[in-house]
Amino acid sequence: MKMDRRAFLSLGVGVAAGTTLSPLPWKLMDDISIWTQNWSWTPVPDDGECTYINSVCRLCSGACGITVRKIGNRVVKIEGQNGHPINDGGICLLGLSSPQILYGQERVQRPLKRDGKRGEGKWIPISWENAIQEVFSKLQQLRSQDMPNRLACITGTDQGTVPRLFERFLTVFGSPNYIRMPSIVDSYELTLNLMQGGPSSVGFDFESADYILSFGSGIIDGWTSPVRMFKLNSQWKDKNIKCVQIESRLSNSAAKASQWIPIQPGTEAELAMGIAHVMVKENWYHPDFVQNQSNGFAEWRTKLMANVNLEHIATITGVHQDVIIQVAKEFANASTPIAICGQGRGLIPGNMREFVAVHTLNALKGNINQKGGVGALAELDYIDWPEVMMDAIATKGMAIERIDHANTDHYPYARYLMSRLPKVLLNQKEPMLEMLFVLRSNPYYSLPGTAIIKEAWEKIPFIVSFSSVMDETALYSDLILPEPFYLETYEDIPTPTGYLYPMIGLMRPVIQPLYDTKPAADVLIQLAQKFEGTVAKAFSWSNYQTCLEKTLKDKWDTMIKKGYFLDTSLSQVWKKEFTTLSGKFEFKNMELKELEKETTPELEGSKEQYPLLLIPYDSLRIASTSVANPPFVTKTIEDNVLKQNDVLLEINPITAKSLGVKEHDLVEITTPHGRAIVRIHLFEGIMPGLIAMARGLGHETGGDYLYGKGVNVNSLLGSIESPFSGFEMAYATRANLRHV
Amino acid sequence: MKESSVHENAKKYGMVINLDKCTGCGSCMVACMSENNIPFKADETNKLDSITWMRVYRLTNKEPFPKTEMCYLPRPCMHCGGKGDHGHSPCVSVCPATATDYDHKTGIVSQIYTRCFGCRYCMAACPYRARYFNWWDPVWPKEMESMLNPNVSPRMRGVVEKCSFCFHRYQLAMEKAYLEERRELEEHEYQTACTQACPSGAIVFGDLNNPSHKVHELKKHPNAFRLLERLQTNPKVYYISSREWVRRSGDNYLIGENKTSTK
Ligand code: SF4
Ligand code: SF4
Ligand code: SF4
Repeated sequence: MKMDRRAFLSLGVGVAAGTTLSPLPWKLMDDISIWTQNWSWTPVPDDGECTYINSVCRLCSGACGITVRKIGNRVVKIEGQNGHPINDGGICLLGLSSPQILYGQERVQRPLKRDGKRGEGKWIPISWENAIQEVFSKLQQLRSQDMPNRLACITGTDQGTVPRLFERFLTVFGSPNYIRMPSIVDSYELTLNLMQGGPSSVGFDFESADYILSFGSGIIDGWTSPVRMFKLNSQWKDKNIKCVQIESRLSNSAAKASQWIPIQPGTEAELAMGIAHVMVKENWYHPDFVQNQSNGFAEWRTKLMANVNLEHIATITGVHQDVIIQVAKEFANASTPIAICGQGRGLIPGNMREFVAVHTLNALKGNINQKGGVGALAELDYIDWPEVMMDAIATKGMAIERIDHANTDHYPYARYLMSRLPKVLLNQKEPMLEMLFVLRSNPYYSLPGTAIIKEAWEKIPFIVSFSSVMDETALYSDLILPEPFYLETYEDIPTPTGYLYPMIGLMRPVIQPLYDTKPAADVLIQLAQKFEGTVAKAFSWSNYQTCLEKTLKDKWDTMIKKGYFLDTSLSQVWKKEFTTLSGKFEFKNMELKELEKETTPELEGSKEQYPLLLIPYDSLRIASTSVANPPFVTKTIEDNVLKQNDVLLEINPITAKSLGVKEHDLVEITTPHGRAIVRIHLFEGIMPGLIAMARGLGHETGGDYLYGKGVNVNSLLGSIESPFSGFEMAYATRANLRHV
Repeated sequence: MKESSVHENAKKYGMVINLDKCTGCGSCMVACMSENNIPFKADETNKLDSITWMRVYRLTNKEPFPKTEMCYLPRPCMHCGGKGDHGHSPCVSVCPATATDYDHKTGIVSQIYTRCFGCRYCMAACPYRARYFNWWDPVWPKEMESMLNPNVSPRMRGVVEKCSFCFHRYQLAMEKAYLEERRELEEHEYQTACTQACPSGAIVFGDLNNPSHKVHELKKHPNAFRLLERLQTNPKVYYISSREWVRRSGDNYLIGENKTSTK
């Protein structure tokens, strides 16, 4: 980027034609000479041809279409792709900051092998050949000792060819321990499974809904597909559609809703039952759906009428009876109302009783699998690879129980239970895992109960990270086999969570890979081919790109042209029939009866010792999924959230007064799970007795622009396991404050 | 012909920002940073020296729980027309170096970094805190220099900078128009980076004088207001809010400033 006078003057060449024709006075131009003489030390960007390339953003599950602006061979800007079905020109600040990750200092530039202790950050470069050989020999050892199940793999999503290749690899290798990171995808899958029959994922036709009832979902705080939700939020405002937000803290979503209903945290299921109670009692439900398309309604109603007492619900939720009745009435009077749940961004699967109760409201209105409603989406089955052939080792390995006990007698309803893994490892009598693959997720950082995770990690002898940037999980791994960044490679991007049509986006390289990286799927193919027999056979593609092209078949050409494949005929993609045992929508089957018995486990610690409740919150300005904040995003964090390196803790002035703390006081927060020093921020919008802290800070990585800023709220939170599903349902943690 | 020459001579680019739609997501801030080569430091929590041409403020109605309300307010430069809209913007009037100027063709207040010698009079004069001083030379980590936009020159220590309504985009659009032998721009041909990025469609940008541009009607919305109208700075940025407390807070005093101080 060295600059001399001549190079700077040549900048003008590209625009010369325009300049000479134009009568505009170029104010900047007449100063060029002074500039080049005086300020040669500020970088002057090279000019070059300006081109635009369309792709898909993969920094969250939103799957936004992007248009990348390049100058010569440099990526200078990311813009939202006009006309794209998800985000039509809009884009979030994280997607916009992609070039800062691409060109960032945190990129892992070549395969690295740990030197020093885990987490120390000492690495020695290793060639791809040697790195793959090292993983291979360890894998081979597992197989030869007949313990292939001691390999586990964690990925962010389980959709799309790359996660599916990992799952395939584990299967043919002989390990059932393929694990997806937890989120509301788990709880929505199970809700549909129990009530409508599975397998399917949830789709919301918000585009045609006429009333939105949100039980804490961060509609404009990053829930499901963030940019789609922003667009919808504006559409609702244009169409005068009412949006009600039920939440204990005035989040952005609450502030922008038509009505904010504060609620005691953790009582959302009860409130939903209360609303259902009113709708049933007043006969405000859809008789045709309930009579003809559902099962168990009569029994469910009897129990609801007998057990639910509105007064009691008003007491525990803190929501006045009149408000419950008002919401029930509005919901009932709307023609296509949608009730949703999943706190904030939806990173915690949550309470299944809440999900079922909330979905029951949709069913009472019969707003299921129809325009303007909530539907079960069949998966796009474009991945039709030949079944793997299993050898004896693999068959035996696959027959062993999953390490997280998902899909076993203990937890028959869960597919994956990542949140249980740390506990299992800490209680193990003999080693259960020898090797862990981690792809596009940062479990070391992003699960509640950091201390336990740190301890559990030490029980895993060999951890391989495929991360393209140095995140915490990579930092505490033994070998990093970096993938290219998403702007450097091809891949299919699956339907964004909650979208109403099945879709595949095509992510494509907009720039040659900057570093010595390798697509994770190519690593797998090369590993597999080192094995003989069934493992190699299951991966007979020459490389990942061939695999992708062959998988997408005739869709590939459309996708290259259009950037995505979309099936927009609702009638075809929404499952018309319910695939439950009864063939109807279930209000009360065996499983749901089982769920009803579940009570929310008590929070750890005593009220005396920990009189406050700490809740984490999500903010779009702090990335909290698998990606950490790039510098631009951190720059937007307000000074009442982060001040220098201190994170601010929100507390109601009334609570603060009773504790004797003032704005900006430094205090120590203690919970049964950890402690930290934080600063006080008085906020009227939080319920007295609660304290709130942002997710996504307190990173051990990220260099000058992120490292050490704030506290990772997960280090203060405890994990709460649902007895019914096994899902993580931590919604709050008891806490105390004291002056330091 | 007369019509078009009127247009040509009297453009008045401005914005109407719908605060009911703005979610405070911050896309506009980052779109602006990325478009305009805005530097970043390790610590950006001192907002007085954190350069944000576009800054989204958080306002609250200060009512106790649960009556608390919150609203976000994006603040670019207002491109003030000054009293009587003659181009005597508060900042332009005080600049001893003519480093900031009012362009009567577009209504845009420019900032010419090479002329600025850093006296910061304009910063004192600007009632909207839209101006920022470069206390340090910008430093980009080596590889990140690759993402700099060649259409906007990076600034240097000792000069003041602010939102330009992405003036380079205007220049590029005009060049293209002239090459195609047109003298007028379509509304969509010149849009600022923040407007383009906003996922909520909260920002509308265009020629306030042109009846075919959306802003022309929007600015007349009954809930439209401008910040500190009493100062007669004649801002070209309008806001719309259905909440009275928001409209009132924009009218009476500056964000973060005491109600009485501007009385
Ligand atoms: S919402 Fe998600 S997918 Fe869309 S631009 Fe932002 S990070 Fe990327
Ligand atoms: S991008 Fe739009 S919605 Fe987001 S903060 Fe800016 S103006 Fe508001
Ligand atoms: S907002 Fe401030 S910087 Fe912008 S024109 Fe007005 S006085 Fe000048």
